Amino acid sequence: MSDLKPQIRHIADRLESPLKLAVFSWPSLLLVVAVALFILNSFMSPYFLSAWSLSDATFNFTEKAIIAFAMALLIISGEIDLSVAAIIALSSTIMGLCLQLGFGTSELVFVGLFVGVLCGAFNGTLVVGLGLPSIVVTIGTMSFFRGISFIILGDQAFNGYPAEFAFFGQGYVWWVISFEFVLFLFVALAYFVLLHKTNFGRQIFVIGNNATAAQFSGVRVKRIKFILFCLVGLMSGIAAILLTSRLGSTRPSIAQGWELEVITMVVLGGISILGGSGTIQGVFIAAFIMGLISFGLGLLNVPGIVMSIFIGALLIIVIALPIIAGKIKNRLKT
Amino acid sequence: MRSIHRHHEFWLTLIIALMVIGTTLRSPGFISGQKMIEIFNDSSMLIILALGQMAVILTRSIDLSMASNLALSGMIVALINAAYPEIPVPVLMLIATSCGLLMGIFNGSLVWWLGIPSIVVTLGTLTIYRGIIFVLAGGKWVNADAFTESFIQYTRVEFLGIPALSWYAIIIVLAFFIFMTRTSAGRSIYAIGINPSAALYTGINIGKTQFMTFCISGALSGFCGYLWVSRYVIGSVEVAKGYELIVVAACVIGGISIAGGVGTVVGTVLGALFLGFISNALPVIGVSPFWQMAISGGAIILAVIINASSQKQGKRIILKNRGAQS
Repeated sequence: MSDLKPQIRHIADRLESPLKLAVFSWPSLLLVVAVALFILNSFMSPYFLSAWSLSDATFNFTEKAIIAFAMALLIISGEIDLSVAAIIALSSTIMGLCLQLGFGTSELVFVGLFVGVLCGAFNGTLVVGLGLPSIVVTIGTMSFFRGISFIILGDQAFNGYPAEFAFFGQGYVWWVISFEFVLFLFVALAYFVLLHKTNFGRQIFVIGNNATAAQFSGVRVKRIKFILFCLVGLMSGIAAILLTSRLGSTRPSIAQGWELEVITMVVLGGISILGGSGTIQGVFIAAFIMGLISFGLGLLNVPGIVMSIFIGALLIIVIALPIIAGKIKNRLKT
Repeated sequence: MRSIHRHHEFWLTLIIALMVIGTTLRSPGFISGQKMIEIFNDSSMLIILALGQMAVILTRSIDLSMASNLALSGMIVALINAAYPEIPVPVLMLIATSCGLLMGIFNGSLVWWLGIPSIVVTLGTLTIYRGIIFVLAGGKWVNADAFTESFIQYTRVEFLGIPALSWYAIIIVLAFFIFMTRTSAGRSIYAIGINPSAALYTGINIGKTQFMTFCISGALSGFCGYLWVSRYVIGSVEVAKGYELIVVAACVIGGISIAGGVGTVVGTVLGALFLGFISNALPVIGVSPFWQMAISGGAIILAVIINASSQKQGKRIILKNRGAQS
């Protein structure tokens, strides 16, 4: 009868210390990866550690990262938008069209942002208003938006953007600090505050964890999701302005394949693809990691397509490692 | 439920028929048997791929790596054919299918063993597989003159007036129809999609079944890799780039619910034929090919709206296995 002894349960008398939690959190893991990559890069190539080449490296990821922040919020709320690259194409095309009509720089910027928001609102209406699954809707609008670009442009291109317009993608604010990079930092800060410090941000997490419960707790689920789709559209519009300005021309195939890179960045940043959890800090560091990988490999003359192997592998490994570690831990316990 | 399925396929058939009639009115002679065979032949690979994707989507997963898998398997057999022309083509087909199967096993085991969401896994392998093509071929293309005559002919030989490529599709469609409707493995795919918890309690291993669907989609992609290279007589890194989403689109138009469990083989075939028809008919009625993308996009959006209104059920967030997770 000795096995009927009451089981002893250990209940921790205090919460895990915040410091320990912070050290073992996803962003700190990413930070270690980023620092390792940085050190590795500076050993691999003598050209890496120069202010100008590092500044150049930021152009690899800032535009995508600007979209990734908004996408992170959307994915936390349990939806997804695959049409972001197509929104860039459409927004850029309409800007080019307005350029032909003689619009000035400020009007072009307005048009770019407006088209972005409009596309986002279109997605939002279909998903929220009609209750359709976002993954399919945005696969559809992805062809639809880019298709309109193709109808307008065909095999042509729009060129000849005004000189002031070039500032957004090519200008420097101070020394090697580009306008794009400053904007990226600003957007990151804004989204950090929005997601982690406001009521709105908390509600996004609630929706992602349980939309029904959120609804019954008085969270305006539909309105928030709609706003998030518009935000993703707006950010795609900003990215369209930056990219068009940097390239100085518009083709319908602009930013092709970016949707998957943006989502990779978000997932790598520790946002759960199932919704409900994640941090902006994670996405911020993930942006640097992707930038460091493509820039470092670029210095070593590795072609872009081979870099994608590393990014794809990184995505899987970074997500698989904690799971494998957990499995091993469980096995050791039993 | 069954009558709803019938409905969708009925309407899709009607729409395709109307489009055929409309096109014929604009350009008489379009409706010839030869042209119909041509359209089916053009859609063959999309049909095969869409069937593989269907099996995966039915279990609430998604396989975004199909096009990369296809391109890599195709490149492997293209390189083998260029280097060892004496290897018979059926062996090459087998090699392509096995390569695809291996990639499917890789996807599937990550989903099954580690429980990583399929959209993340295949997003990763999508870029990995395509990157490997570049490494394998050293960035070069395999051009038309590198292939042996039989390599090219195995998709072109006609039997009863129908090219071999179409026959492969017909055989796979028939096999798939039997598999999905007449075998317990096929039915368990539906069971998981409709209600994972109930499926688990009836003794279906969810992870294992999802693994199986990834193997199917992988093997079919691999087989299509050979078909693609043989039909377009080129092996390059760019083969079928972006095609993964067209395959998903064919499924959605065919009435497959992205939330899993709903959809039929016939619907999927019709969905693929619909897209194949659009790309064939537009040039005939004098619409610029640049319109094709927007029209396909519009068709997908419309299809989703129609699906949703006929399948009134709670929508699910991104392919989440609510409840049971084995």
